[in-house]
Amino acid sequence: MCSTCRCSDEAHTTITDVKDLHKERYHDPYAAHHCSGHEHHHDHQHDSERRLIHLEYDLLEKNNRLAERNRGWFEGRDICALNMMSSPGAGKTTLLERTIGNLRAEYQISVIEGDQATTRDADRIDAAGSRVIQVNTGSGCHLDSAMLADALRKLNPPSHSLVMIENVGNLICPALFDLGERKKVVIMSVTEGEDKPLKYPQMFRVADLMILNKVDLLPHISFSVERCIAHARKVKPLIQIIETSATKGIGLDEWYLWLRTEISTNGNGSAHSK
Amino acid sequence: MHELALTENIIAGVAERVEGARVTRVVLQIGKLSGVVPEAVRFCFDVCAAGTALEGASLEIVEIPARAICRSCKSTIELSDMIALCSCGSANLRMLSGNELRVKEVEVL
Ligand SMILES: Nc1nc2c(ncn2[C@@H]2O[C@H](COP(=O)(O)OP(=O)(O)OP(=O)(O)O)[C@@H](O)[C@H]2O)c(=O)[nH]1
Ligand SMILES: [Mg+2]
Ligand SMILES: [Zn+2]
Repeated sequence: MCSTCRCSDEAHTTITDVKDLHKERYHDPYAAHHCSGHEHHHDHQHDSERRLIHLEYDLLEKNNRLAERNRGWFEGRDICALNMMSSPGAGKTTLLERTIGNLRAEYQISVIEGDQATTRDADRIDAAGSRVIQVNTGSGCHLDSAMLADALRKLNPPSHSLVMIENVGNLICPALFDLGERKKVVIMSVTEGEDKPLKYPQMFRVADLMILNKVDLLPHISFSVERCIAHARKVKPLIQIIETSATKGIGLDEWYLWLRTEISTNGNGSAHSK
Repeated sequence: MHELALTENIIAGVAERVEGARVTRVVLQIGKLSGVVPEAVRFCFDVCAAGTALEGASLEIVEIPARAICRSCKSTIELSDMIALCSCGSANLRMLSGNELRVKEVEVL
């Protein structure tokens, strides 16, 4: 949303393939047109100077429509796409690096990296051995479905593969924007405090899986895993939770098991719920 | 930050739709589970509206309660933003409302 309707200012998104470092300006082709749609009705009330116009438009409608197109695109190619979200620094890129290293022989994995600026995360993924496209959102604080569609055209992932989308580090806005992914994963680290699920309920409510990362640090800090899980289950009773340390390799087998199950479940399957 | 951008987006969207008319009132519907805080939108609105077709417009926000049907006991319940459970203990709910983020209507001169 933060970049919708702001095409005239500096909120431009850049999409970069780190392989050729060819930069291309992202400009939403719909933004210039979608506001002048003729879907609204004018109610003329001639007894006064004021008129009431029933606009009745959904602020996320355009994003949701494009997200459904992305979802169909993934389903048609039997691609499992996951939207990975967290606060800055919770360990998204580290977890992706480990996952690529460990599952590369098993699955074709490609990555879309969302950050406000730099290709640092894409460079890390490239070094880990996966095909990667970096999306720089400029002043935007989340990925939206139009950015994803553009990045996908560039990434061109093969059928039956896994596409990991690392969203911009932020627990607020990404929760509002459906990208067309199969599942949403929220990563929180134990250094963030056990009440994060209560402070950002929207994020934990939309997530299918919560990864509690950096558990290797538990001996050094005051953090109750039980209380944190109870908070998460309060806002999302059926959320799945996996405890990991992406750096020390703890809990990764459970994460890989979840991934394998997800990949083998067709997007239309009963396991897919919203 | 989030509500600031949202408010800018609302203002830009409305200004384009009214095609040059002056807007005197905006009615928004914000669901209790939408993740958007009405107070924060109100806080940004006047500043963001300055210099646009919405300058000086009044803002009305209709909060939509979060309602769901419990698939276990079949009752219709209202949820708080923190607890997604029916009083019967079931988490098997079908949402009816609460995620709205809409511009309902505007009054123009
Ligand atoms: N101790 C510990 N440190 C970790 C773990 N996972 C990641 N880190 C460290 O946390 C820091 C941030 O990790 P990243 O993987 O870059 O985090 P991110 O979520 O991708 O960050 P942004 O993309 O900036 O939002 C790095 O210094 C990592 O080495 C973990 O399990 N344990
Ligand atoms: Mg990262
Ligand atoms: Zn019930």
